[in-house]
Amino acid sequence: EQTLSLFGLGVMSLLRPLLLDVVPTIQQTAALALGRLANYNDNLAEAVVKGDILPQLVYSLAEQNRFYKKAAAFVLRAVAKHSPELAQAVVDCGALDALVISLEEFDPGVKEAAAWALGYIARHNGELSQAVVDAGAIPLLVLCIQEPEVALKRIAASALSDISKHSPELAQTVVDAGAIAHLSQMILNPDAKLKRQVFSALSQISKHSVDLAEMVVEAEIFPAVLACLKDPDEYVKKNVATLIREITKHTPELSQLIVNAGGVAAVIDYIGDSRGNVRLPGIMMLGYVAAHSENLAMAVIVSKGVPQLAICLSEEPEDHIKAATAWALGQIGRHTPEHARAVAVANVLPRLLSLYMESESSEDLQVKAKKALKSILQKCTYLPALEPLLHEAPPNILKHVVGQFSKVGKK
Amino acid sequence: MATVVKLQRKINGIKEECFNRNRVAEENRRKEHKAALLIQSWFRGCRVRAYLRHLQRKATTIQKIWRGYLGRMYFRRMVKTAYFIMKMNFYNEMAVRIQKRWRAYYVRKYVHNYYALKQYLEGLTMTNEIVRRELEEFAVIKSREREKTALESGERKKDYLARKMHYLVSTEQIAGVFNSPYKLFPDEMEFRLRGAKPLSPKASRSRKDGTEGTVETSTLGTPFTLPQIEHLPPIPKKKPQGPFRDPAEVLLQRYKPLEPTLRVATSITSVEEAREELKRKEWGSQVNDELFHHFSNANKNRRHELMLHTSSKFGHVDYGTKHFREENPEKLKGKKDFKRVFTTVQVFDKFGKTYSSAGKAV
Repeated sequence: EQTLSLFGLGVMSLLRPLLLDVVPTIQQTAALALGRLANYNDNLAEAVVKGDILPQLVYSLAEQNRFYKKAAAFVLRAVAKHSPELAQAVVDCGALDALVISLEEFDPGVKEAAAWALGYIARHNGELSQAVVDAGAIPLLVLCIQEPEVALKRIAASALSDISKHSPELAQTVVDAGAIAHLSQMILNPDAKLKRQVFSALSQISKHSVDLAEMVVEAEIFPAVLACLKDPDEYVKKNVATLIREITKHTPELSQLIVNAGGVAAVIDYIGDSRGNVRLPGIMMLGYVAAHSENLAMAVIVSKGVPQLAICLSEEPEDHIKAATAWALGQIGRHTPEHARAVAVANVLPRLLSLYMESESSEDLQVKAKKALKSILQKCTYLPALEPLLHEAPPNILKHVVGQFSKVGKK
Repeated sequence: MATVVKLQRKINGIKEECFNRNRVAEENRRKEHKAALLIQSWFRGCRVRAYLRHLQRKATTIQKIWRGYLGRMYFRRMVKTAYFIMKMNFYNEMAVRIQKRWRAYYVRKYVHNYYALKQYLEGLTMTNEIVRRELEEFAVIKSREREKTALESGERKKDYLARKMHYLVSTEQIAGVFNSPYKLFPDEMEFRLRGAKPLSPKASRSRKDGTEGTVETSTLGTPFTLPQIEHLPPIPKKKPQGPFRDPAEVLLQRYKPLEPTLRVATSITSVEEAREELKRKEWGSQVNDELFHHFSNANKNRRHELMLHTSSKFGHVDYGTKHFREENPEKLKGKKDFKRVFTTVQVFDKFGKTYSSAGKAV
């Protein structure tokens, strides 16, 4: 990697004078070459920064023709994507104002490149996002979303998503610019990548507070959003499930709204159809819904959620998904004996016990399995499900099981 | 004479006496001056002190009154806030009572209502079934649409390919690539080739639709189109042999855009149109619709507009103008008249009349 950076510095000193060449084609090609180099490796990107090329690029970003602007924005994006320090270096050269000005251009390619660069800058942390917002990028990005070109919409939606994910104030700023209405109009667009970004943006907005989640819900996205749970693209489905999860986690009223719209059934089907990491938001959503109140937990049980979660628990190889499933089952079963019985009937308790006992399971999984087991056992009065536990349980679990027996049986 | 001599003898003594007295006076002058000064300053001090005392008393009075006023205001404010707090506490208590009753009713009727919960869950299962079925149908419809579009685009591609490669069709002499003599039937491509119309060069140029995939055509209405550029005049080729003008000039003249003069460009009725326009503007911007009639005072048959006060159909109310008291005669039926006049006091009758006749004027 040292040779790579040495090589980088050598190349930079060759490319720098080409950027100042008279012929515009040479300038554009030099900028493109710089961008590709910086894109490939972060050492080269650092070399670009150290070679003092960025101020020159920013200066000419304001003046030159659109091909040059596209290439310059590409370089800025390639440099900013590697790490927060590089992104900060890009911001320090005054790139934000030039990028925001190029967002007002007519050519959609230039707008796309500028919006992409801004999105990559804002991705890293809250201060950089705040700097992007202070440069006045958000209204222009919302305008870009309304343009007819699909690629531009995609990039603008992903930039808004990156900006709003850091803090509630940033999300509020994005909402104040009227982004929600435009994002919700694009939900039924046929392009899959666009839908990914739109749902990601909506979920980042709604995750921060109840008011933001309510504003997203007021945009009347339900029940159209449930239709997107059947999209062939799995990341679209994952982002939809994430959005629903972020909405349900705030208050029981929002969860009630989604349950009434039939969201629980859709999510359960989605969990059944997908495999692996994409299932996680759906499982968490069921856990959040059940956690709010016992009526909602009963709604989850009635929609046949427990068998599906039991299948997840046995099928999935990854520990964090198993931990989430254990947590969700615990939330469902902890309210009343009815709930605990519904969970126990699905033959979940022995599985939870084995997960708790296995030494290979991670800490997190063991803790969650134990908590879930305990909370379900404290309400469980269904004796046939408790009997297998008697054989294998360690003493701290066994005392709860025996306690339950004493509460119920006279035999 | 004797007195003169006596006096002359006394002159020296008098001179000495005078001198002595002046000397003594001079010696005492400073002492007496200081004493006088002391007395005067003490007296002035008394006067000033008396004045200061007077001022102090007045200042004390003013401050006393002011502090009393301030204290009373403060007290009133305290009373106001205390009253307000008492009121709010009272309201809060009453509100708590109302909320207590309401919450008890609500919880008992809705939240802990077992049958309502059962109904809700049954309704929920039905909704879930409906949602599941609809989602399935939607997914099936979408997948069919996708297959259809994929199929159609495949067909179109193959047809385009066939048109481009139309020369590969098999002839009588030479069997084409897709028509192998060892097979029973020719390939489907062969049939396409047979039915394909060869591409013309102009068609191939206009085929380049670079906007596919970047422009949304599925959503609202018309796709985004670039503004139409006017066709430029054709580039002049070489000058043909003979007495012809330079082809560039000719083409310039032929494709010169029309530039009419102002006189030609204005319409015949432009004056009338301008008048209409002006009238419309006036009509739109005027405040008063009534036109001004010159010398219209000649036929002054304007009706006199009555005042609202006098012209109401309820007429004048007598109260306030004709009498100032409500008089209710029914209530006064059994009552005797109010005695308005006192019995006279005889002494007052004689007022002004006892001594002089000036009082008779009363």
